[in-house]
Amino acid sequence: MLYATASQTVGPYLHIGLTGLNCADLTADAPELAGQRIVIEGRVTDGTGAPVPDGMVEIWQANPAGRYRHPEDTRELPLVPGFTGFGRVPTAEDGSFRFVTVKPGVVPGADGKPQAPHIMVSVFMRGLVKHVATRLYFPDEAEANAADSVLAQVPAGRRGTLVASAQGNGTLRWDVVLQGQGETVFFDI
Amino acid sequence: MPSLAQYRRPYWDTQPEYRFDPYGSTVLRSPSQPLVRIPQTLSEVTGPTFGAEFMREGDNDLTVGNGGDPIGERILVTGRVLDENGRPVPHALIEVWQANAAGRYVHKRDQHDAPLDPHFSGEGRTVTDADGRYQFKTIRPGAYPWRNHHNAWRPQHIHFSLFGNAYATRLVTQMYFPGDPLLPFDPIFQCVPDEKARQRLIATLDWETTQPEYALGYRFDIVLRGRDATPME
Repeated sequence: MLYATASQTVGPYLHIGLTGLNCADLTADAPELAGQRIVIEGRVTDGTGAPVPDGMVEIWQANPAGRYRHPEDTRELPLVPGFTGFGRVPTAEDGSFRFVTVKPGVVPGADGKPQAPHIMVSVFMRGLVKHVATRLYFPDEAEANAADSVLAQVPAGRRGTLVASAQGNGTLRWDVVLQGQGETVFFDI
Repeated sequence: MPSLAQYRRPYWDTQPEYRFDPYGSTVLRSPSQPLVRIPQTLSEVTGPTFGAEFMREGDNDLTVGNGGDPIGERILVTGRVLDENGRPVPHALIEVWQANAAGRYVHKRDQHDAPLDPHFSGEGRTVTDADGRYQFKTIRPGAYPWRNHHNAWRPQHIHFSLFGNAYATRLVTQMYFPGDPLLPFDPIFQCVPDEKARQRLIATLDWETTQPEYALGYRFDIVLRGRDATPME
């Protein structure tokens, strides 16, 4: 057996190599995309609450029907032309990031039962020797969130860090706190 | 309904811990709470897939496309992308970036007093073939100072970013050069606890790909997380 190559930080100059796949608007190339448009706005902060101006946020999600664009998702659900489910943006000087996308549909969990709708989020930056993996859940899905098998693994007092807050007009606010007060839950996947 | 075959967790000490005090930036940028371990679902075993269709002409030759020959030692970097089970990872995009031969990045945050090279951007992409092999041509990057500690210098390195077949296999790493005297003093290299895991980050001089009268070849194999053969019950 081989051993997986060790992770190393992206460093401060990640933009040189990682800009080519940037995608802030997942809906832009998918004219047939139905579903509920959402805007995700947030900020990445460190252990002192200072913004992280040199980070990168990636998202991965199913389409509104709950289908992932991936060979392993063989369920008979429609794919949407032009919708990849992948987004990537650098954080701005004030640590902020923003995605335009759609609310994903329901996908099954490890037990085969439906998971609450969620978006997978990875964050990279100088000072992170391996990226952190987390999930964004939706504020209008209280019942599904309460039944979600992944959220159930999270200590109750910390679950709130994974649920975005509605700002009206389809905009969701969701911050990533790396460390300390209100620290975002990160997963060992 | 059976669960999905799971990607294995890393072997003890082969991956760094988030907090590593000698690398100062980890102190405030590392989670303080333990990670919450979850079983992989369809969300983790799928992931974005980027293949050859995202490659443009010249993407895997960092020595062209900028109006002239860059300064420095031309090298050929080749290798294979495999999973821990030894299977090749075919048709997978690799993003790379690096400093120029003088140790300077084309980046507004890089204030190192070393010359930029108008003929070198330091950005490239390559894609693995059906056997998981990749190659790119570039210039050997220079060492450069950083402010982590007094007289801190980064060893020569090239950054690599890969997706693999799943969200769970995402990897960003750095390739180093054999015999670099800075390696023992570099806290980023040293944050990997296991000595052999660190050694695997160092490319090897490769006579098979070295081209006479033209360029030295370096070989760097990359291993992504492997998957159990059978689903977890």
